[in-house]
Amino acid sequence: MFDQSLAATIFGRLSWESFPLHEPIILGTFIVVVLLGAAIVAAVFKFGLWGWLWREWFTSVDHKKIGIMYIILGIIMLLRGFADALMMRAQQAIAFAGNDGFLPAHHYDQVFSAHGTIMIFFVAIPLVVGLINYVMPLQIGARDVAFPFLNNFSFWMTVAGAVLVMISLFVGEFSTGGWLNYVPVTNLENSPGTGPDYYLWALQIAGVGTTLSAINMVVTIIKMRAPGMTMMKMPVFCWTALCSNVLAIAIFPVLTGAFALLMMDRYVGTNFFTNDLGGNPMLYWNLVWIWGHPEVYVLVLPAFGIYSEITSTFSGKRLFGYTSMVYATVVITILSYLVWLHHFFTMGSGASVNSFFGIATMVISIPTGAKIFNWLFTMYRGSIRFDLPMMWVVAFMLTFVVGGMTGVLLAVPPADFVLHNSLFLVAHFHNVIIGGVVFGLFAGIIYWFPKAFGFHLDPWWGKVGFWGWVIGYWVAWTPIYVVGLMGTTRRVRHFDDPSMQIWFVLAGIGALIILVGILGFVMSIVMGYVKRDQLRDTTGDPWDGRTLEWATSSPPPAYNFAFTPVVHDLDAWYDMKSRGHRRPEGGYLPIHMPRNTGAGLILSALATVLGFAMVWYMWWLAVLSFLGLVVVTIAHTFNYNRDYYIDAADVEREERSHDAALAAGA
Amino acid sequence: MTTMAQDNSPVDPSTFYVVEQDDHGHGSPTLLGFWIYLMSDALIFAALFATFGVLSSSYAGGPAPHEIFNLRLVALNTAILLFSSITYGFAMLAMERGGLRAVQGWLLVTGLLGLSFVGVELYEFAELIAEGATPQRSGFLSAFFTLVGTHGLHVTVGIIWIGVMLVQLNQRGLHLENKRRLQCLSMFWHFLDVIWIGVFSFVYLLGMVR
Repeated sequence: MFDQSLAATIFGRLSWESFPLHEPIILGTFIVVVLLGAAIVAAVFKFGLWGWLWREWFTSVDHKKIGIMYIILGIIMLLRGFADALMMRAQQAIAFAGNDGFLPAHHYDQVFSAHGTIMIFFVAIPLVVGLINYVMPLQIGARDVAFPFLNNFSFWMTVAGAVLVMISLFVGEFSTGGWLNYVPVTNLENSPGTGPDYYLWALQIAGVGTTLSAINMVVTIIKMRAPGMTMMKMPVFCWTALCSNVLAIAIFPVLTGAFALLMMDRYVGTNFFTNDLGGNPMLYWNLVWIWGHPEVYVLVLPAFGIYSEITSTFSGKRLFGYTSMVYATVVITILSYLVWLHHFFTMGSGASVNSFFGIATMVISIPTGAKIFNWLFTMYRGSIRFDLPMMWVVAFMLTFVVGGMTGVLLAVPPADFVLHNSLFLVAHFHNVIIGGVVFGLFAGIIYWFPKAFGFHLDPWWGKVGFWGWVIGYWVAWTPIYVVGLMGTTRRVRHFDDPSMQIWFVLAGIGALIILVGILGFVMSIVMGYVKRDQLRDTTGDPWDGRTLEWATSSPPPAYNFAFTPVVHDLDAWYDMKSRGHRRPEGGYLPIHMPRNTGAGLILSALATVLGFAMVWYMWWLAVLSFLGLVVVTIAHTFNYNRDYYIDAADVEREERSHDAALAAGA
Repeated sequence: MTTMAQDNSPVDPSTFYVVEQDDHGHGSPTLLGFWIYLMSDALIFAALFATFGVLSSSYAGGPAPHEIFNLRLVALNTAILLFSSITYGFAMLAMERGGLRAVQGWLLVTGLLGLSFVGVELYEFAELIAEGATPQRSGFLSAFFTLVGTHGLHVTVGIIWIGVMLVQLNQRGLHLENKRRLQCLSMFWHFLDVIWIGVFSFVYLLGMVR
């Protein structure tokens, strides 16, 4: 027989018990995932796509391809996160009185933790970062980001984190400590299993990617704007991207620090957040929320930027109050760092401290309100075209304002003492995150999709997606507001009072309507692809846009612009169009571009192995993969051959074909 | 690859494109990017300092700072690290003059000083642990070891980087790219000095008067 201690040396604490073979739900999911994965891999082999994927996508340092890969990652993880949501809604709709529902407590706790973690870290962040990656360099007239390799590396680190979270579904377990892995639940004595460790390693690895990506974007915006584009002539989306990424740089290190300390507690046995020997669990809460509240704005500011671009384009008007929009963005950036304590007014920090944080929180609604009025005044007397992106903007304004108002309500400390950790709070933050961030991301994806792929998403299915999400949101979350106000607390698996069941059934129906919305969105991609010849954009400017990304072809060439544009006005492309610019007809020059590299993917694979080995206490594998990381990193610095030139002839061919497409369309 | 917005040449309102060759190679964004990275690293230290601040009197019946700190050793280590910043400065001056051998020599001295710093720190840690003042003993000691150890870990990374830099200088000399890396490493090394001044003042000196 196998020697017990040898097995422990090789596999750490990994054993047959670690695989949830006795849990039918997880096993079923596992089988489906394996079958789907095998089908995809087989298809890739059958059509011989590995080389293409590797050369054109995985090793690409092109910001456009990396942006698209981020968005694909976000959409895939959205399906996973939403499956968790459906399970919770189903459980809460049936688990009343005698009925125990279908999820055991330990499983239910993992589901709500995974749902929040995935939705924020592996859906919202990749989608936001992906859109910024794709659009921002085009909007500032740049050929790529400041650090193209770093961009590829950041993406793959995010993937590594997502992979670890997905592995935790089938090997071992996920954290039960909520989406921020709260102590004392996740202290070693309370959670000796692998859940919190999966959480910590996944998020530390992904966090490296997010921080570096934020640095990359900030430097790109500061250093690489086209000539003439002063800060106050920069598109609002770039401003919000700048503020969002500055904020990310200011907060992610704190999260990294907090997680590192919890890792020390769990691996070394220190006493940072323990309940004895001088540890302080509330310290963890403070640190993670110093990250957590600004993170909301890291996500929503770029969404505000998207709404601004769309409102202006589809109203056919310059954005109302551009300057105030910029200042509002900057003020929100600063204030967001000063409100974290409102997440635990009940900590007992005293009336003065609570008042400070309560008032600071309420003050944020002023610049945000200013933005809403700016959008409304942009629409006022505009000739509005209600295409899909604009429909999302209107739905956002109606939905988000309610979420904003319940937020101000929660900011009042005495009210918060009643509503703390209630479902009212849960409804509030879903209201602002779905109504603010998710609606904006859909608006942005639909708006820029023809730029990225050269054809529109299918509008009919897009409308199905739109109405599914908007109606679904209201049906799902209004009942939760109601039961929350009546005092129901969050993260509850079973209820005794059957009179409340109707509200949870309604919420479950709402979740199903959102499912229709998600399927509609997926179908709009599928049908858009099927009908791509009818939905083709040959102009590069399908919406009559105003900013520079519309000045190039759809999809743009690898180098974005054959000649760097010169900017004279805020709406640079509108200015070019209205003053009769002409595309240069010759004199193309070779273009200097960064070279592809596989180093990012290799480092990410090693980081995944390192995380997995640390979770399972396979020390030898951890040491090996760590050394691998160091060696590959150092070896990468010995590669000085990082760029190449695109031939002038290739540039000419590319530009001629766009000229031809333009001529054919005209 | 980049044409920068910062060049303030008046723009002709009828031009919409830069038609001449763009001037890549100038104004590399690397230094700014690295500087911002250092600021993010500083925030990790800020979180660790804040944690130390909260836990600095959580002795849990274990030893207090004045019972375990050996200020002489810390003074020696401070001197070593500050001195290594000066020697790195000499390396940068030599780089400006184009003296490859001098750069390598000063880098080597800096690396050796860094090694002695880490050595003394490990000795100090070993002494503390032998006395029973382990990281597991109390919140205060957890925060102490983690803050000081994180700084030591950074110095170790710096030493490895100096080693790699020495090899790359040997291979390619004072290549443009290598010069940029030397500048980044310079910022990194001085940054660690600044952090250490914080550690020295807030952890050791303040700990002794507490």
